[in-house]
Amino acid sequence: MSQPRILEVRTKILKANDETARAMRRRFVEAGVLVVNVVSSPGSGKTALLEETLTRLKARGVAVAAIVGDLETDNDARRLARSGAPVRQIETHGLCHLEAAMVEERLAGWDLAAIDILFVENVGNLVCPTSWDLGEDLRVALVSVTEGEDKPLKYPGLFNTSDLAVITKLDLAAAVEFDRATALANIDRVRPGMAVLEVATKTGAGIDTWIDTLLAKLDALRSGR
Amino acid sequence: MHELSIATAVIDEVTKHVAGAGGGRVIAVTLRIGRLATVEEGSLRFGFAIASAGTDLAGARLEIIDVPVRIWCPQCLAERALPSLQRFACPECGQPSGDIRAGRELDLESIEWEPFAPQSPHPESPRPELHTPRAFS
Repeated sequence: MSQPRILEVRTKILKANDETARAMRRRFVEAGVLVVNVVSSPGSGKTALLEETLTRLKARGVAVAAIVGDLETDNDARRLARSGAPVRQIETHGLCHLEAAMVEERLAGWDLAAIDILFVENVGNLVCPTSWDLGEDLRVALVSVTEGEDKPLKYPGLFNTSDLAVITKLDLAAAVEFDRATALANIDRVRPGMAVLEVATKTGAGIDTWIDTLLAKLDALRSGR
Repeated sequence: MHELSIATAVIDEVTKHVAGAGGGRVIAVTLRIGRLATVEEGSLRFGFAIASAGTDLAGARLEIIDVPVRIWCPQCLAERALPSLQRFACPECGQPSGDIRAGRELDLESIEWEPFAPQSPHPESPRPELHTPRAFS
């Protein structure tokens, strides 16, 4: 019998994913593409917000595209495609999150230089997507008023890996007795100083601010800030 | 259950490192997992047991070092361990802080392994029978 040996490795478990993501981020920056990874629980209004966002940005002359992750079906991709933007679907067949290699594969054949903003709609899940870097510049955590005010307390991991929180379905706030002050305080408790936007896709409330935020990020990316 | 994906990534990384060192059977794998890494230990162990079956990691011990979340308190000018993930504030003075110094780890720390036993000149030949017929009986 040989003696057991020890290898001190000290590496990231998701090193392979991180390397793919880093390489993609370089490509995105070189091509001047702002990549937005949208994470939320199922039914929080990701697809509705993105459909509206794609439509509005397109109307303003911004070249947008989207990659949509879902366990099964391409329903969301078909909804987003109504905006006229190029949309591709990733069906994960049970996998609860997107990984960098899946996104990379879906980029094949797209001329990145012709895209201004690429949205990646992650699989609806507040836990699993947090560990996988997809090469994005901006990770947005969506939480709807119907989910309750304590979501941030239950998922501090997501809020701490996201750059921006967006509260959606504001038009339903009264119906579900949404306590806005508590929700904002809870976000601030788990991520002090986090930027928060509030929108209602149905009525259009807050959408302009959301669009302006994206365009400001795009400007910042292109001017190297 | 993203823990299965994490377990698979652990197995891939370990396999690469052990193969690079000459190849062998893995006895134990040590991971450092931060409390903010959103990994559920039971699910990770379950996923590891399933995904390692039939590999050189089958039956390996999984050792998990739990890393508490530590923030920098700009008031105390000190690093503080957070007693709760529901409040990112200094436990001493109450100053909110999102300046996270530890707790996001998802690291492969070390691998304990042993090289495969030296092979006989004919590794594919069957093992000698335990009850070979004796020449004289």
